[in-house]
Amino acid sequence: MDTQIDDGKRLQHWQKSKALMIRMMVLWFVFSFVIHGFVIVFNNVTIPVLNFKLGYYLAGQGSLIVFVIMIFVFARRQNAIDVETGVAEKDE
Amino acid sequence: MSNQNEDAFVKNLPRIYGLYTGAFVVFVLILAVLEQVGIPDRIIGYVFMFMTIAVYAAIGIISRTARVSQYYVAGRQVPPVFNGMATASDWMSGASFVGMAGSLYLLGYDGLAFVLGWTGGYVLVAVLLAPYLRKFGAFTVPDFLGSRYDGNFARVIGIIVLMACSITYVTAQIYATGIITSRFTGIQFEVAVFFGLFGILVCSMLGGMRGVTWTQVAQYIILIIAYLIPVIWLSTKVTGFPIPQLTYGSVLDQITTLEAEQGVEKSYVAAFTNYTPFNFFALIFCLMLGTASLPHVLMRFFTTPSVKAARLSVGWALLFIFLLYFTAPAYAAFARYEILSNVVGNSIASLPSWVSSWGDIGLVSIDDANADGILQFSEFTINRDVVVLATPEIAGLPYVIAGLVAAGGLAAALSTADGLLLAIANALSHDIYFKMINPEASTRLRLIVARTVLIFVAIFAAWLASTRPSDILSMVAWAFSIAASGLFAPLVLGVWWKRANKQGAIAGMLSGFILCCIYLFGTKYGGMALWFNVPNISAGVFGIPVSFVVMVVVSLLTEPPSEKIQTMVDNVRIPAGTTMTGTDDSQEIYG
Repeated sequence: MDTQIDDGKRLQHWQKSKALMIRMMVLWFVFSFVIHGFVIVFNNVTIPVLNFKLGYYLAGQGSLIVFVIMIFVFARRQNAIDVETGVAEKDE
Repeated sequence: MSNQNEDAFVKNLPRIYGLYTGAFVVFVLILAVLEQVGIPDRIIGYVFMFMTIAVYAAIGIISRTARVSQYYVAGRQVPPVFNGMATASDWMSGASFVGMAGSLYLLGYDGLAFVLGWTGGYVLVAVLLAPYLRKFGAFTVPDFLGSRYDGNFARVIGIIVLMACSITYVTAQIYATGIITSRFTGIQFEVAVFFGLFGILVCSMLGGMRGVTWTQVAQYIILIIAYLIPVIWLSTKVTGFPIPQLTYGSVLDQITTLEAEQGVEKSYVAAFTNYTPFNFFALIFCLMLGTASLPHVLMRFFTTPSVKAARLSVGWALLFIFLLYFTAPAYAAFARYEILSNVVGNSIASLPSWVSSWGDIGLVSIDDANADGILQFSEFTINRDVVVLATPEIAGLPYVIAGLVAAGGLAAALSTADGLLLAIANALSHDIYFKMINPEASTRLRLIVARTVLIFVAIFAAWLASTRPSDILSMVAWAFSIAASGLFAPLVLGVWWKRANKQGAIAGMLSGFILCCIYLFGTKYGGMALWFNVPNISAGVFGIPVSFVVMVVVSLLTEPPSEKIQTMVDNVRIPAGTTMTGTDDSQEIYG
């Protein structure tokens, strides 16, 4: 199955995919856990105009926005990797 | 239905759902006018309940299907945006809609663990799992486990974990429909749970994945409108600006001031007043990994037309989920503000009628501790599962808004229950019956088995719900811990670690799942002491690492998987080429 794709291409594709995965997981870890560890410090800062305490805002809204953007960016980057290494799906 | 018809249907989707949304808005406006001319509240409640359930049932009946691939994976042609919407309502259950803002109301900052945990998990779904499972081409999650880990042993354990988490989860949904139905129709709770079943069964039984998908899109539209309208209304009323997600920062300030006047010691915005930091992060961890392990969510990504579409569809799903999740803290803040500023401080004898209507079913209670006839904040108890449903009435909004919120809560609970029951029935009919007991079974017989099983599972869950095992959020959080402990390691390592083998997967799944269940049941029913003070909703914090370690160690101690399986993993990792299962998607059942 899929023998027309040679091992070199596969290896290149998988190494790039792994690197992207690791970058995404680091970002995920930072915005899920690390920044909220500093909530007590961040709560001393008030966001101007909106009046949110920064620590509360990051958990209630900030991280969520980052997650949504992350997935769309990931979908685009991974797709670029697939096309570049020649393992993308044929257009249907 | 021929393929051409199906293509035309897919092209027309934006128009169909546009019209549907317009019709729903008109329906709500008509009810609003009827309320003004004096139609009683109870009638409005009835109309909302029965009209929306009738619409879902109608969609279920129109989308009924006789084709195997339509029944299991909606023909693999659901466009990413619509699959995103369906996933969002599949995902957002009674816990998100009915329970979450209530927990935020009670827990303040610490409740945000739910908001974070139930969104961040999608990053894991998108990056680690969804595109690969889609490429694999399975019909169900146990199907993947059975093929990757070479045999029915892994498949069966996968099914056991799936059943355990899905039944816990579906029980919470039926419980939520019971609360809503009994409050808005006056039927007794124990009877009302069985009413919710009707709507659930019609959609998932007749149409399979196809019916459930198109019903879930319809349910998303109703639930998101129903959640946003009351908060936008409150935001305009309190701050004069209609975007609650931006205005509730100032409301949090006012809450802090009002709480100080009432002598409330824990500040609403301060962190770690209810949970320790460790428990806060443990809960986030379990909810996120659970998200990436729940079969009823993962199977939604089997329905997209391509691997590329599967990735994109996770993004849309989280965007649609985000719309509700970043509103929930605002909902909670306005609810708390209304109670502190308009309810507290009044004479107890003159409280409005919602106090007694919720009090009658035991969900709101008032105890005049200092006997001065005036309500203090500490004398007012509200169950976390009714904050969302009761806030429109508490804030004095028209009853039609309360009815709308009830309809939204019902949509959320029903849509998730549909997806869960389908996951359970598919596992039993496809994985157990077809793959293990009777591989010769005709497709027709397989669907009859699936539908019969569905009814029994649903009745069992309704009975369980009628015993009120716990609050909605806890039941749902248990399901996440169970799923993550049993399934996360074998799913992720199955794609990302070629060396993972059958023995490792079986040992890992069993040890994680059993440990999680022992902790859950031991601490809940057996009087077992908590380990490191971790509450049982975060039981996965023990099960997940154990399953990983056991799986890796056992895999390394036994021989590597066969050449054939290693090639399969290689092919799952690249989008090009055919799916692995090679299932004949074109079978007709009545052919």
